[in-house]
Amino acid sequence: MTARRTPLYDEHVALGATVVDFAGWDMPVRYTSDIAEHTAVRTSAGLFDLSHMGEISVRGSDAVPFLEYALVGRMGAVGLYRAKYTMLCAPDGGVIDDLVEYRRDWDHFVIVANASNKDVVLAELQARAQGFEVDIEDESATVALIAVQGPASEDIVTRMTARDEDNIAVLPYYAATSVVLAGDIHAFVARTGYTGEDGFELFVGADEAAEVWRLALAVGGDAITPCGLSARDTLRLEAGMPLYGQELSRDSTPFDAGLGRVIAFGTDANPRGDFVGRGALEAARDAGPTRTLVGLVGDGRRSPRPGYPVVDEGGNQVGVVTSGAPSPTLGRPIGMAYVPPQAAEPGTVVGIDVRGRREEMTVAALPLYRRG
Amino acid sequence: MANVPDELMYSAEHEWVAGDLGEGDEVTVGITEHAADALGDIVYVEGPAVGDTVTAGEVCGELESTKAVSELYSPVTGTVAAVNEALASTPEDVNGDPYGAGWIFKVELTTPAQGLLSADAYGELTG
Repeated sequence: MTARRTPLYDEHVALGATVVDFAGWDMPVRYTSDIAEHTAVRTSAGLFDLSHMGEISVRGSDAVPFLEYALVGRMGAVGLYRAKYTMLCAPDGGVIDDLVEYRRDWDHFVIVANASNKDVVLAELQARAQGFEVDIEDESATVALIAVQGPASEDIVTRMTARDEDNIAVLPYYAATSVVLAGDIHAFVARTGYTGEDGFELFVGADEAAEVWRLALAVGGDAITPCGLSARDTLRLEAGMPLYGQELSRDSTPFDAGLGRVIAFGTDANPRGDFVGRGALEAARDAGPTRTLVGLVGDGRRSPRPGYPVVDEGGNQVGVVTSGAPSPTLGRPIGMAYVPPQAAEPGTVVGIDVRGRREEMTVAALPLYRRG
Repeated sequence: MANVPDELMYSAEHEWVAGDLGEGDEVTVGITEHAADALGDIVYVEGPAVGDTVTAGEVCGELESTKAVSELYSPVTGTVAAVNEALASTPEDVNGDPYGAGWIFKVELTTPAQGLLSADAYGELTG
């Protein structure tokens, strides 16, 4: 089956990107240097094509009660033009996908899903909508998503607008606004991202994606660098952000990843009705974690990688690495791993089986990097 | 299209070999620009040690980049005569100058090198 391509594929090729398959899409893994692209985001700005991700709109008079049933967070509490990180869980509490949801109107929400899970998320939402007055539409094919991330991003996105300069600067974190970009292009811009830096995600029409991409490069000049999936992964890893398929999976609950806070069980003053997975998640909350997601830092040269065993002194496996890479910002190998709760104290030294050799790493609290 | 210098010989595992290829000759080994590009920024090179025996076609180390880990094969059979110690502090030389400063190890051949590819043949292999 041929891989899919975003509207920006030709731009990536023209920029000399190395293209790889990602969730069935031909995506740029790097353009020049993984480390240079990563560093550009930490020091200036990076430009990302995220159009492979899924956008699902939920619209209708029952949009709020529906989402409060279907997702673990309380979407009714999300203000107009605000965003919220949440999850879609199965009845047994397992995570089907992690999502960012944007409230575009009182009865209109847009859910952004991981590319690998968009079809499953769409099907689940449609199934859960039985009995609710909502329209659920897959808008992924008509929407392009471009991110500008880094300390220079506010200035760059401001200068991309035609006449809405003030709107960008005053935008709070996890808030959104509609703007008109140069060239009379309408964009929905959110101050969200997956890098740990200040940044913006721009939703534009797919047929205007190339123009917006080139606008960002023209406006940003030397201050902006196209960034591929390799840099995207090391940035989010440093920032302690989970990746579905690694930290999150169908076999784990939000609690396993230390993200129980995304679940809103409700309070006496503000009770919440049933939602999918409620019973299982209450039980998981009450039982306490059987494993803990921790950060890892190393002093050696070899990095932990997804799936590598965490081992005890005797070489027996007690946990598993979920993500790992050489950290460009920290200058040392880092990772995230599930370990037994008793080994989760920062400073604990654990063994990692790195391709047959034991490497020692130290448990550290997440995130391993915070912007200064 | 990655650079493939004419004067070198190549292995199917993307190493280059410089020098005369007879028994007793000393050759220099590295990885090709094609291989370095595929790996991305290399952060750690673990090659064989001086005095080790290496065998053509067998793994003798590994290269670690931001995104991946790749095995390093020896394209020749012999005794390791020298290793590029500079790579411990500047592994990026493998990306920046794969045929020069990015050399990885030197081998004194105990048997003549066999089965290596010319630049043209390697170029065809890698498109």
